[in-house]
Amino acid sequence: MPITVKIPTQLRAATDGEAQVEVAGATVGEVLDAVFEAHATLRDRITQDGDLRRFVNVYVSGEDIRFQDGLATQIDDGAEVTILPAVAGG
Amino acid sequence: MSIENLKCKECGATYDLGAHFACENCFGPLEVAYDFTALEPTETKRKIQAGSQGIWRYADFLPFEGRPGDPLEPGLTPLVRADRLAERLGLDAELWIKNDAANPTHSFKDRVVAVAVAKAQELGFDTVACASTGNLANAVAAHAAAAGLRSYVFVPANLEEQKLLATGIYGTNLVGVRGNYDDVNRLCTQLAETRPWAFVNVNLRPYYAEGSKTLAYETAEQLGWQLPDRIICPIASGSLFTKVGRGFQEWLDIGLIEGQQPVFNGAQAEGCSPVATAFAEGWDVCKPQKPETIAKSLAIGDPADGPYAVEQARRTGGAVDSVSDAEIRDGISLLAETTGIFTETAGGVTVGVLAKLAERGDIAPGERVVVYITGEGLKTLDATRDRFRMHEIDPDLDSFEAEFRQEVTV
Repeated sequence: MPITVKIPTQLRAATDGEAQVEVAGATVGEVLDAVFEAHATLRDRITQDGDLRRFVNVYVSGEDIRFQDGLATQIDDGAEVTILPAVAGG
Repeated sequence: MSIENLKCKECGATYDLGAHFACENCFGPLEVAYDFTALEPTETKRKIQAGSQGIWRYADFLPFEGRPGDPLEPGLTPLVRADRLAERLGLDAELWIKNDAANPTHSFKDRVVAVAVAKAQELGFDTVACASTGNLANAVAAHAAAAGLRSYVFVPANLEEQKLLATGIYGTNLVGVRGNYDDVNRLCTQLAETRPWAFVNVNLRPYYAEGSKTLAYETAEQLGWQLPDRIICPIASGSLFTKVGRGFQEWLDIGLIEGQQPVFNGAQAEGCSPVATAFAEGWDVCKPQKPETIAKSLAIGDPADGPYAVEQARRTGGAVDSVSDAEIRDGISLLAETTGIFTETAGGVTVGVLAKLAERGDIAPGERVVVYITGEGLKTLDATRDRFRMHEIDPDLDSFEAEFRQEVTV
């Protein structure tokens, strides 16, 4: 089963308006690389020097990947990856 | 007019003055940009002094054209000298308490919500919402009621009962989320995409955050248009901490006050100290934590403005410290016993850090220090249980004398 990646409003200009993208991959890093293959301009918007930018949060099935293994976090088939801006709240 | 646009704090990209909060290029936070060059210091000071008795006296520095209507105007809370507290801590300093519990819903959140609700009305929203650790919930529910707007308030379901009761009473839609604040915040960030609502601390956050600057303006005005040498301020998301700095800087820039930025000391609870940890470790990002502290109003494990709070503490020669739950309870008692001000757990954190700085010898003789007390003790009554004993007696003189005999010296 593919992995569903939810794209936030702010990034949809880079995905031709798509709110979600379906790709394959065993880790968050692989999944994001597959998303960047399909939508090249996304890479620079959410990563810098190979790492996530500091105001980008990524969740696998609702859990922040920084509580797991970051970009190396394993993803089960059919899981949902959510990208959100980290600048809300407080 | 001085309000220009929304500007990304990371890459400088600009956006129109709508309900946006994150940069499309880099996801950085957006902030309101102004041009204050037309503000002449003497005239501006006169206008402020002739203004309303609350935050709207500073309307020229807030993101509106003119002064919005606001039936629950917060602000101009007392700034009181705390000589007895200084004495208890062995400090030879000019110590002040800014008691922001004295706001309509008893916390500093009235300042940010007043600004956000006014902006929501200006932008044509009929519903306001928020992700909250409690104080914001109280404020959003109340200000929405006063403005005649519908509201949805999202909080962790395990919040203090006092904060839930003091929110639901305003007729809001109170939603208890089974999770911590960061879960609530993630949910609200997602909801902000699907619902046409003004989430005060999500899609209206650039405007909302501006309300915190009024704490800086008031401090300077109440000190006779002067700056303190040091401020001690609690840190949850880091927004208040950084906006107080911005408020002082704006007034320095236009010449309304003279001098330099105070030293900024941030206060966190040990059980939720991502900003204190980043400061101590020299990081420029905050590693998120799972909060475990009685200071629930500060229990944000993934602080949005954490990196900027760390920078602000470093740039001003300050620090970000954390205190234990026991020190928080001691801080609440110490403030109450020496100033007559009863604060919630966040204030206990702040006073706890003040005590820590005093013990460490960080505060020099003669320093002018302002301590920000951001919320009311009646909201977190559990933290004060078992701190004292009530004397229970029968309604007769003998019973009283028996209880207090040892204290009678005739």
